[in-house]
Amino acid sequence: SKHLIFSPIYLGNQLSWTLQIKPWVFSKYRIMWFRSYRMTFACLNTMKSYRYPWTRLYSTSRTTVDSSEMKTFLALAHKWWDEQGVYAPLHSMNDLRVPFIRRDNLLKTIANHQPGKPLSGMKILDVGCGGGLLTEPLGRLGASVIGIDPVDENIKTAQRHKSFDPVLDQRVEYRVCSLEEIVEETAETFDAVIASEVVEHVIDLETFIQCCYQVLKPGGSLFITTINKTQLSYALGIVFSEQIAGIVPKGTHTWEKFVSPEKLESILESNGLSVQTVAGMIYNPFSGCWHWSGNTSLNYAAHAVKQEHTVPAELVLKGDTEEL
Amino acid sequence: RRERVCTMAALLAGSRVGAARAAARRGPLVSCRRWAGAPADTVYDVVVSGGGLVGAAMACALGYDIHFHDKKILLLEAGPKKVLEKLPETYSNRVSSISPGSATLLSSFGAWDHICNMRYRAFRRMQVWDACSEALIMFDKDNLDDMGYIVENDVIMHALTKQLEAVSDRVTVLYRSKAVGYTWPSPISMADSSPWVHITLGDGSTLQTKLLIGADGHNSGVRQAAGIQNVSWDYDQSAVVATLHLSEVTENNVAWQRFLPSGPIALLPLSDTLSSLVWSTSHEHAAELVSMDEENFVDAINSAFWSDANHTDFVDSASTMLHYAVAFLKPTKVSARQLPPSVAKVDAKSRVLFPLGLGHAAEYVRPRLALIGDAAHRVHPLAGQGVNMGFGDISSLVHHLRTAAFDGKDLGSMSHLTGYETDRQRHNTALLAATDLLKRLYSTSATPLVLLRTWGLQATNAVSPLKEQIMAFASK
Repeated sequence: SKHLIFSPIYLGNQLSWTLQIKPWVFSKYRIMWFRSYRMTFACLNTMKSYRYPWTRLYSTSRTTVDSSEMKTFLALAHKWWDEQGVYAPLHSMNDLRVPFIRRDNLLKTIANHQPGKPLSGMKILDVGCGGGLLTEPLGRLGASVIGIDPVDENIKTAQRHKSFDPVLDQRVEYRVCSLEEIVEETAETFDAVIASEVVEHVIDLETFIQCCYQVLKPGGSLFITTINKTQLSYALGIVFSEQIAGIVPKGTHTWEKFVSPEKLESILESNGLSVQTVAGMIYNPFSGCWHWSGNTSLNYAAHAVKQEHTVPAELVLKGDTEEL
Repeated sequence: RRERVCTMAALLAGSRVGAARAAARRGPLVSCRRWAGAPADTVYDVVVSGGGLVGAAMACALGYDIHFHDKKILLLEAGPKKVLEKLPETYSNRVSSISPGSATLLSSFGAWDHICNMRYRAFRRMQVWDACSEALIMFDKDNLDDMGYIVENDVIMHALTKQLEAVSDRVTVLYRSKAVGYTWPSPISMADSSPWVHITLGDGSTLQTKLLIGADGHNSGVRQAAGIQNVSWDYDQSAVVATLHLSEVTENNVAWQRFLPSGPIALLPLSDTLSSLVWSTSHEHAAELVSMDEENFVDAINSAFWSDANHTDFVDSASTMLHYAVAFLKPTKVSARQLPPSVAKVDAKSRVLFPLGLGHAAEYVRPRLALIGDAAHRVHPLAGQGVNMGFGDISSLVHHLRTAAFDGKDLGSMSHLTGYETDRQRHNTALLAATDLLKRLYSTSATPLVLLRTWGLQATNAVSPLKEQIMAFASK
């Protein structure tokens, strides 16, 4: 595939990676950034030392990135797949979000699905895929999934993890890029776009949603999970989770970037995405389980569908350029 | 194009994709030949180690579940393929008591139909009584439902093998193959190391699996390789099994068990004229029973069921008192004692003995590993629960794996395996403890204990809800 960024090469038992960055990755001006969920925190001494010089070039070329955030970008990448580790809440969140995507919404659109691979034939984009925690389950359910993440360490981990599974290796593709970078080439490509625990890291939410709209097929679904902007979310999401209990690495979240469901809904609706569901999610730090809840004051999930005939694509693009 | 062919071959070679690609860069043709010819290190979704009743049923249950149609499943069996060309006239001496719950599991993947078309015997009542007193307990169902079924192990095995043949596109079975080595994935997820269980077979070939299910019996090699602690002890008993001919044709739909001080003796119906014997007794006595001539053996059985030699007047009168008390309080519905059939003859060469023991694995699951059946728990045959506990494990594990598969989870993840462990340990430890307690309680002829168990049994017999609870538990 011409978009394949990584091609794995085994040298004996030692796995090394050759990265081939396509020129277009650099050529575009980037409007919008999102960071994958709790990438990292500051333990610089654990930083992987085998980065290639061009990787730094790539990183510094991202002029809109908050450089202080980039400094805290460190490789907890190897922690992604530790089910008991710092990402345990994200692992257990799959118990809610996978059924939310599969049973509750997408299956309605697939007639005669096979229970063995219910999402067979679906094209899904997982934005901010991190280590591929949600990407892999969707691939296992038969969908062909593209996971994108701007953090190369994340994509390396995700890529390596799926490479051990011959089935997933074919169904799942990962790329180091932002959503904005693939909008043009993947316009109206996906049956579903997933932005799980991502929008709270996005600088320009409206542009982000517009990009989601553009890559969705008409009638396609956008799934979002994120954290509400309430006093409670500040108290629990940042003070308790990060400072006191240490459930989430420090510095993961910025409360100012949190989004309320009302605001999200209004952005979705005004950009041609009709909101179907908004549901609260509650995490129990003692049992390590997530539950659905009517209360959206902390975490919540939203499902919106791209309307068949609404905002013309030209307008959306125009809006983009104006913002620039 | 040539490169693409290579890539295809490499994909078939499973996890060695990367290696094959690297080789492909050096010289595509060479690597193609090499990889097409080499035995592929296939990655399976589930490997079941041990193709006995429980292992084969596990593979069947997965093979017939629609949620696993997209999965690669492998069954490893050290022995040869066991299919009955034709149902032998002589009954096999190895039989199992199949609970209604187990029959439901076997029906769910079509194996029960084969059993019904071959040979099985339903029983509707079960009478358990003490050799040291008049105490007895009678289990029966008010409606005419079956309490259980006595089925020859060969028949169950045949049914499972037939059903496995029918899903050979989904379930691979390797007969005469034994795993000789297991490599477990590193507990800390290492980025560069394979996350799967690696299995080396006796012929040197290797394969990988996302989930290994150990169904390799009470000496489980899987359990030992995983280093899972096993609490176990041998009973000072062996079981003698034999096929018996009854003196007369009867309805023969009762399972009989009498607790002798040396151990329980059970008579399980096979047909109108045949029953199967399971006699647990001391090793010496068992050896004696197997070697004595047939006539003496038959006499020993009849005497074991009929003799009152172990009764004492004191316990008898105490038991009679309670009996009257119960009859006074609860005039209706106290099951009357029934008399077991007498035995006329033993099938030649059907006498075999095997030692008994108890075992319980401290853990049923590890990351990418689950133990089922005797690999997880070994039980005294007195409750007739051995294989039913194994089939119960299968129902539970398949339930948890099905949910995991439908949620796109990694099948080897602890998040759902621990659910299986919790469900089954709760059930199995209760059964193991109860069975062990009964075995110990009835191994003595000391008067206080005899009195205690006599009253206990009589009281249990009189309290229907309690009896129903026991039956419901045992018929799972």
